[in-house]
Amino acid sequence: MIEIRNLHKQFGEKVVIDDVSAVMEAGKANLIIGASGSGKTVFIKCLVGLFEPDGGEILYNGQNFTSMEDDQRKELRQQIGMLFQGSALFDSQTVEQNVMFPLDMFTRLSHSEKQKKVNEVLERVNLKDANKKFPAEISGGMKKRVGIARAIVLNPKYLFCDEPNSGLDPQTSLVIDKLIYEVTKEFNMTTVINTHDMNSVMEIGDHIIYMYQGIKEWEGSNKEIIYSKSQKLNDFIFASEFLKDVKAIRALEAEGKIQGNTPGLSK
Amino acid sequence: MTVFNHFGRYLLMIKGMFTKPENWRMYWKELMKQCSDIGIGSLGIVVVVALFIGAVSTLQTAYQLVSNLIPKSTIAQIVRDTVILEFAPTITCIVLAGVVGSKIASELGNMRVSEQIDALEIMGINTKAYLIMPKILASFLMIPILVIIAGVLGIWGGRMAGILSGILSPEEFEEGLLSGFQPFNVTFALAKAYTFAFIISSIPAYFGYFVQGGALEIGKASTTAVVTSCIMILFADYILAALLL
Ligand SMILES: Nc1ncnc2c1ncn2[C@@H]1O[C@H](COP(=O)(O)OP(=O)(O)OP(=O)(O)O)[C@@H](O)[C@H]1O
Ligand SMILES: [Mg+2]
Repeated sequence: MIEIRNLHKQFGEKVVIDDVSAVMEAGKANLIIGASGSGKTVFIKCLVGLFEPDGGEILYNGQNFTSMEDDQRKELRQQIGMLFQGSALFDSQTVEQNVMFPLDMFTRLSHSEKQKKVNEVLERVNLKDANKKFPAEISGGMKKRVGIARAIVLNPKYLFCDEPNSGLDPQTSLVIDKLIYEVTKEFNMTTVINTHDMNSVMEIGDHIIYMYQGIKEWEGSNKEIIYSKSQKLNDFIFASEFLKDVKAIRALEAEGKIQGNTPGLSK
Repeated sequence: MTVFNHFGRYLLMIKGMFTKPENWRMYWKELMKQCSDIGIGSLGIVVVVALFIGAVSTLQTAYQLVSNLIPKSTIAQIVRDTVILEFAPTITCIVLAGVVGSKIASELGNMRVSEQIDALEIMGINTKAYLIMPKILASFLMIPILVIIAGVLGIWGGRMAGILSGILSPEEFEEGLLSGFQPFNVTFALAKAYTFAFIISSIPAYFGYFVQGGALEIGKASTTAVVTSCIMILFADYILAALLL
């Protein structure tokens, strides 16, 4: 569980995160959604300490991360996995070496044990026959999978994903989302995902935080989101004409004026 | 940012490198990789540069010494001393600032821009210690060796040029080579080599590590790194000469 209390971050005069508080529960996919530039990446980077917040506190299972010494932080970080927007694979290493890296660094396992673990994780993310390839030789979707594999190889308690779907087609996006969701449940991880993909929101959004210009504008689950009263959130969700139509049809259904089962949005 | 901001951040970077490695074996592996990259990777260019510089200094010294009162062997003596004192350490390191410096700056810059450094930090690794320290240590180990090789080959190149162009005989060259040799010159050359090794590795590492932006900025950082390193080498060269000679 991660607890965020009154988080504040600014660059110069520009306030990017404005007094955000939230609780990210374990075993749930916690989604941060919002338009481009709303501060999602900055938020997630504050959580993991890549940016120092200007105010507020972050607690990992009750431990105050903000006031930790470097050594304690390093220790905690071994329980954190992160998938970056651009995958951030080490490009001088093969897929296999990338995934093995955290094991090499932090465990005393024998080579064959490490190899076994790597194969397991790569299988878990449905990546076969790519072990010996370099990041430059595989597709974007495959890179994300390797990124996930590397992030979960040490069985972290916390998983952070910055836009796991950016640059992927809708089908692959869905597969990646499901994968992240499954491992979250499987290992009871606290997962925080940045996204502006409405498909992911509807599919895996156990807990959703909508950010608008650095402010937490709305919070709830995927069951509630389409019925929210927030105008800003509605503008964000129903940006497309198609979804507006779906919403209109839903409303008519609700009033009993038409019958049927509109695809896409479940009640 | 002003020069002082840069200098302050540079010092903090150096200070930040000194922590206990998360895993000695991995640091050792990284050090060996850097030694091979820096040492073996730039051996070829160092050999070529050293041979030609030695050869040219023989020809030019002969051209300037026109008087018959001065024995031919003096040429060898002058070539030996200029190569050891200046050409082997300074010119070699200026060349290495281009070869090694730009490599270090662009490697770290690329890792920064593509968030690989962030990825390492998230894992709980001190990236200053893991990425920068091995590069500086590898430079300390390899660059003095390269300078020694450059010195030997420079003098040999001078000898070959002298003999091939008929300026002086092998015997005359050997005679000059051995007369009035001061072992301190070698010490001085090594002092330079170590100083320059630190400059060539730490300055480009600084510019690469703190890159912000994209591919364009990596290029710029790498140019700034090489230019700054060259200027600092020449500056340090003067300071060392003033202090030690
Ligand atoms: N290092 C930085 N220095 C100054 N300003 C920054 C920095 N990083 C981000 N910002 C600013 O913070 C704001 C939020 O940026 P952020 O990257 O968090 O957006 P985002 O929600 O992740 O957008 P996207 O969906 O496009 O990734 C932007 O206005 C950006 O200009
Ligand atoms: Mg972002």
